[in-house]
Amino acid sequence: MSLSRSSVSLDDGDRSAPTSPPEGREGGAPLVVIEARRGWKGLGLHEFWLSRELLYFLVWRDVKVRYKQTVLGVAWAVLQPAVTMILFTLVFGRLGGMGRLVQVPYPVFAYSGILLWGFFAAAVGQSSTSLLASSHLVSKVYFPRLIIPVAAVGSGLLDLVVSSLLMIGLLLGYGLPVQPRAVLFPVFAGTALLSAIGVGTLLSALTVAYRDFRHLSGYLIQTWMFVSPVAYPLDAIPDRWRLLYSLNPMVGPIAGCRSSLLGEAFPWGPIAVSTTASILLLLLAMAYFRSVERRFADIV
Amino acid sequence: MAAPMIRAEGVSKKYRIGARETTYTTLRDSIMAMAKAPLRRLRQLSGRDEGSPLIWALEDISFEVRQGEAVAIIGRNGAGKSTLLKVLARITEPTHGRVELFGRVGSLLEVGTGFHPELTGRENIFLNGAILGMRRAELRSKFDAIVDFAEIGRFLDTPVKHYSSGMFVRLAFAVAAHIDPDILLVDEVLAVGDAAFQKRCLGKMDDVARQGRTVLYVSHHMPSVTRLCRRGILLEQGRVRMDGDIFQVTGHYLKSDLGTSAERRWHDPATAPGDAVARLKSVRVLCDGCVSDVMDIRRPVTVEMEYWNLKPGAVLVSGFSFLNDQGVHLFVSCDWFGDQGNEAPKLPGVYRSRCVVPGNLFAEGQVRVVAEVSTGHPVYQIHFLEYDSAAFQVIDSGEPGSVRGRWGRPIPGVVRPALEWETSRIGSGEAA
Repeated sequence: MSLSRSSVSLDDGDRSAPTSPPEGREGGAPLVVIEARRGWKGLGLHEFWLSRELLYFLVWRDVKVRYKQTVLGVAWAVLQPAVTMILFTLVFGRLGGMGRLVQVPYPVFAYSGILLWGFFAAAVGQSSTSLLASSHLVSKVYFPRLIIPVAAVGSGLLDLVVSSLLMIGLLLGYGLPVQPRAVLFPVFAGTALLSAIGVGTLLSALTVAYRDFRHLSGYLIQTWMFVSPVAYPLDAIPDRWRLLYSLNPMVGPIAGCRSSLLGEAFPWGPIAVSTTASILLLLLAMAYFRSVERRFADIV
Repeated sequence: MAAPMIRAEGVSKKYRIGARETTYTTLRDSIMAMAKAPLRRLRQLSGRDEGSPLIWALEDISFEVRQGEAVAIIGRNGAGKSTLLKVLARITEPTHGRVELFGRVGSLLEVGTGFHPELTGRENIFLNGAILGMRRAELRSKFDAIVDFAEIGRFLDTPVKHYSSGMFVRLAFAVAAHIDPDILLVDEVLAVGDAAFQKRCLGKMDDVARQGRTVLYVSHHMPSVTRLCRRGILLEQGRVRMDGDIFQVTGHYLKSDLGTSAERRWHDPATAPGDAVARLKSVRVLCDGCVSDVMDIRRPVTVEMEYWNLKPGAVLVSGFSFLNDQGVHLFVSCDWFGDQGNEAPKLPGVYRSRCVVPGNLFAEGQVRVVAEVSTGHPVYQIHFLEYDSAAFQVIDSGEPGSVRGRWGRPIPGVVRPALEWETSRIGSGEAA
């Protein structure tokens, strides 16, 4: 055998090999205690933070694999919302007469909604099935499970960046000014990210427990679009219903994004309500995820 | 005395067998069951359904492993070995009990967990390393060592879907071997890879143990278990049956299994299995003339029994059936089969029947021998039919001459005959 121990030594590397355990371990506290979890044990965010490199690698993997062996590559990130925009313009703008409700050319208006909605819908779609799709990981190796649905959402961010470029192109193409308030766009992209993580995490856990959600999720997203101001402006909702309507976590991101890009006044009331709803949903989702997480390996 | 690294106290794990197991007989039943199913599922998930059957995969397991120990967990399929490893690896939670781990744990429950076929070898090293819990900086510094160990050289930037199975396994093990944990949990990893690579994997694990780390190794493969570990824990139906010196434990395991081994004798014709016509005296399994628990898959296996014929003029047929450890009946053979059938009446006395099973026929794993002597004519009547009269382990180390050869993946099936193969190009494939 040509295998010499030195060529594959476990000793090389940046940390010294623990040939002896830390002093005073006898009787010392264990590093990890495994026992049946009873009651509330927190959201586990510290452990999540410690595993952030894995989150990065999983996002990187998803992005890399998604565009490998595709002819158009990242162009898909532009193509999909662009086609949706054309359809919206024809169906809602022309046939539905929505074009008269808005101040800017309808395609620009529609795209400013599709931008974050498209990200949200794709991210939630990926995220909701992510645990099932990663069952081989869940049943073979331990890491904070929350990484999986969050990584699935994160992998949509590159697409969002690319499709934002088309937004700029549209503004310039229609001769509309890029407003200084557009610097707030990343903030609303951030709240959309929070909403997507909340909904995606919740659905991913529900999908493992009840496979019915695999079928339900798609339908839910489809319906959700119609109760979000994607194809129509927020103003189209009567005043007295508007705050109730804003409990929808995607109202804030879409309305805020549109205002920042098209230079309209920010509807701060609905944005505040929607963002609060989004954060509450995220906390609820993480709590539920945490409570069923320990059973994943047994039922996935 | 070295410090404890793993301390398990009263670990139990209960599984609920789902409704999947029940079979619906009539349409009405199945419709009713369908109507009730969502309700039952809800009850199950909320933990209130006490109706469906429970299985204790682990029951009250306690043990302590100290620093630098290499411990083998052995037991039959379903004894709870893998469940125990999953609990220690934090993949599944115990129902009761507590485990304390005094160090960083690396678990190797499968080679290549999280490998993505579309990604290159280089990319998979980083991805897989991160999944196994390595930091990026750590991975970078070990990268060259991993590539060296895997011997993938110029294929480093090729998607792993184009790798041969051997290369794939080598790369996957190379990453895992560099996790550098204080406690290493390994599950049957050595069931893959060719012989040379298996030896290297064993060597690597040996090194890990010798450097003062702690290794917990689950395997069916007795030769590697005894080579690697000094101590064994035998699980039986979810309980610790035996914990101690590896040779005692493996010896017990190979015999245990319902008290069978490669040789068994009955000394008293009054109590031996059988009746007034014939009684079983002994059964043994030999390889190259020696009684052996462990058989090289390439070598013929000689199975012989001795029995007392107590009745003058009995027309006896003796035969063996072979079962695998799942209880699947592999085949039966008796001394009346073929052209040499010995159907003559027999004088009283002690008889020996021997048959030779050719090499490269049994699959890997345990084989249980059923010995039978019956009257074959005019009426068929069984005198004894002794299940588990002997048992042996078939091992395919992948050396030249075995079916495995350089094939690195599991080989399913209850037999593993060596067959002749020929594949050749017979035309261009274009329409004439």
